[in-house]
Amino acid sequence: MKYVNKGIPSVDGRGLMMGKPAYTDDLAEQGSLVVKVLRSPHPFARIKSIVTDKALNLEGVECVLTHKDFERIPITRAGQGYPEPSPHDKFVLDDYVRHVGDEVAAVAAVDTETALAALDLIEVDYEILEPVLDFEKAFGNKIVIHPEPEIHEMFPIGFDPANNVAASYMMNVGEIEKTLQECDVVVESSFYTQAQAHAMMEPHAVNARIDYMGRLVLYSSTQTPFHVRRIISQALKYPLSKIRVIKPRVGGGFGGKQCVHGELLVSAITLRTGRPAKMAYTRKEVFESTFSRHPMRINIRLGASKEGILKGIDVDVLSDTGAYGEHALTVFMVTGSKVFPLYNKVESIRFGGRVVYTNHTPSGAFRGYGAIQGNFALESAIDILCEKLGADPVEFRLRNMIREGETSPIFEIMGEGTEGTAMVMETCKLDYCIKRGMELIGWKDKYPGSKTGGGKARGVGMAIAMQGSGIPYIDMGAAMIKLNDDGFFNLLVGATEIGQGSDTILVQIAAESLGVEPEKIIVYSSDSDLTPFDAGAYASSTTYVSGNAVKKAADGMSRMIIEEGARILGTAIEDTVFDGVSIISGDRSITLRDLSNKLFYNENQRQLVSAESYVGTKSPPPFMAGFAEVEVDTGTGKVEVLDYAAVVDCGTTINPNLARGQVEGALVQGIGMTLFEDVVYSKTGSLMSNSMMNYRIPTRREINGMHVEFAESYETSGPFGAKSVGEIGIDTPPAAITNAIYNAVGVRVRSLPATPEKVLMGMLGKAVKENGHG
Amino acid sequence: MKVRFLVNGEKKTFEVKPDEYLLDTLRNNNYKSVRRGCETSSCGICTVLMDGMPVASCSLLTAKAEGRHITTVEGIQEDAELLAGFFGREGADQCGYCNPSIALACYAMKRELKDPTDEEIKAYLVGNLCRCSGYSGQHRAIRAYLEVK
Repeated sequence: MKYVNKGIPSVDGRGLMMGKPAYTDDLAEQGSLVVKVLRSPHPFARIKSIVTDKALNLEGVECVLTHKDFERIPITRAGQGYPEPSPHDKFVLDDYVRHVGDEVAAVAAVDTETALAALDLIEVDYEILEPVLDFEKAFGNKIVIHPEPEIHEMFPIGFDPANNVAASYMMNVGEIEKTLQECDVVVESSFYTQAQAHAMMEPHAVNARIDYMGRLVLYSSTQTPFHVRRIISQALKYPLSKIRVIKPRVGGGFGGKQCVHGELLVSAITLRTGRPAKMAYTRKEVFESTFSRHPMRINIRLGASKEGILKGIDVDVLSDTGAYGEHALTVFMVTGSKVFPLYNKVESIRFGGRVVYTNHTPSGAFRGYGAIQGNFALESAIDILCEKLGADPVEFRLRNMIREGETSPIFEIMGEGTEGTAMVMETCKLDYCIKRGMELIGWKDKYPGSKTGGGKARGVGMAIAMQGSGIPYIDMGAAMIKLNDDGFFNLLVGATEIGQGSDTILVQIAAESLGVEPEKIIVYSSDSDLTPFDAGAYASSTTYVSGNAVKKAADGMSRMIIEEGARILGTAIEDTVFDGVSIISGDRSITLRDLSNKLFYNENQRQLVSAESYVGTKSPPPFMAGFAEVEVDTGTGKVEVLDYAAVVDCGTTINPNLARGQVEGALVQGIGMTLFEDVVYSKTGSLMSNSMMNYRIPTRREINGMHVEFAESYETSGPFGAKSVGEIGIDTPPAAITNAIYNAVGVRVRSLPATPEKVLMGMLGKAVKENGHG
Repeated sequence: MKVRFLVNGEKKTFEVKPDEYLLDTLRNNNYKSVRRGCETSSCGICTVLMDGMPVASCSLLTAKAEGRHITTVEGIQEDAELLAGFFGREGADQCGYCNPSIALACYAMKRELKDPTDEEIKAYLVGNLCRCSGYSGQHRAIRAYLEVK
């Protein structure tokens, strides 16, 4: 391959480094009204009255909106395909507020100072309600977070708001109780995962204006511009045809920009005032008033025969969706569906549970999307089981895990909100990933661990993981390729570049298909007026789904070029080829440049455009093995990750450098979640970790050795053999690192993050148990 | 109040409020490469150079820049382009939101530290956060940039 599997530089990196205006807030119109939102100081309250006269009378204030200004239309902000598997349980503004930071009113003023001053002048009389802050006490609580009659599910998702349930689910394969009874060894444990904040570097931003054609035009830092357009139309009852959503450069998303954020309020203000308006979230608003990862309690039972065959998996999940149910069901489903197939030889699986409302910041999509939570529980429990069996954890995995050519009933049973799709693993290089990872980390010499003296102990631990590649039969991506005079192309894609490199790898796919240099392809993405549709950047879909659409479109363009070339050369199509520069048949040829100029100006004039779409008929999982080496300070409990080896099977890497960047970045987010990142609330429900000062993400000082490699793998259903790579990297650190901690100091961390306090208390508890004293 | 200082070598006079931060002054005056990541000088996104030293413009009162020399990435385009080449080679660009601030910090580091070790580089840039790259690719690129004399 000429341009695929090559580490070419990003198409946009140079301009961004040099500071060109590119991001949403850079592109707001000069003189835009500044939009600020009055946010609830209470976790749960009813607005008895709200008076805005004083705010409206302040000079420079153009518009104040409260719940009284909106028709009550329940929506979901989830930013998913339609109909959404998330409950329609949110109003643009409501007379109830359900978390600290929930929207009460919006002000548009000539500048930030005036807008902030106006917020202070809005008089709100709250009936303060007792909140539900403990997700383990939410189900069936006498306090009902969503009593409003209009809210509903779009299709059955187990929605039961009277019991604070946003979604629920239950499935069975085999007879789990019978299987576990027959097992020689059964282990049972509860695991807790915390909320994690995306902390993408660009805070959410949106701006809007009415253009000269009378249309509402938005720039938004979104991962789902087409879903945003649809949701604005639904929420504001404004014709879809009059809305244009442009996604400019986005400064990171990780799922945090899949949901709608400020687009509804800013659109409403521009429609009402006719004036351009803009909103840029403060970092506090990003933390408090967008979304974070669903915290979960995962109860798991595993059973195996004494020969070391895993027989049964029984999992009960309680997930906390916070104040609204965006992604409630689907994240929950992935906790099972993108974890269980790893061990496809079990006789029985039971999986079920609930997703409950609480009065916390809503949970939403976040890289890993349930798989990281489920992986932590399952891959920790596997190590616990191995210890009880006296089995080697690597050998156990090699024996029980899924292999190439195999399948799992889970694929067919569990989808994202609906049933899944049966599939056989055409590519699964897990065995190679494990063997190579062992070499990279030095497993044979280091397992399980050692005392290194000086109050330090070292250990190694590992985990295996899988993800998916898009949502089959649901999420579509489309691409158009247009030939220009002088022989270069426009590639128009709905696919949403958010920093992951999608524009670059889609150019590489088109270049490979056409055989032309990447410089000949000008990519433009995610503009609802100008580009074809794409579901958006989520569910690890861009390389596989959008990439396949680009490949089909480019193949179509190649055929058109050959047809036009053959016509001009007077040769048979089947004898004519396009080599990327010229169209050739025998000793006759014409350059693409000459052909395109003729097609534009001289002969049989026509515009060549090839448009194609793609929707997956399966979702081939990328796989990986992650190995961590940690050093634990036995005096303080502090854990340092000395080395992390990750070997990934994502099929062909379209751009190995960008793929490595995806895995390295995801690993570091996973390490952060494992060791210290934590969304913390006060006892009264306010968010304590609401700034970059008290929500700590990894700095470059915490990152030591990191070895990322890729397995040789070719998935024929993917573009040039590719599967996805965006999410898989985040899944293994929680289990691999906590397994390594166990192997270093004998402390099993069952509740993330693995803070020094937890590790130290574990060591002290162990010492008391073993010696009868501390 | 009026504040006078140099931006990328050009003499500028700005009419600002006494409590205005440099980040807002610059963005309001169309220096769009200087961007906000937080409001607490925790993330480094808003980095500019003041008399050659990196500062967080989100937390620096504009009045304090009086008479000083402020550099944004527009003032170090050659170095930014050079660093961009190394970032491109490593696939370390990712979302790019922090990249102009990293370029400024690296430019200052190159002038301040002689042959820094890995640990010294990490210590110098510890206040420049990145959520995309996991830092490893950036680090390789920055090493290569520092080696260009």
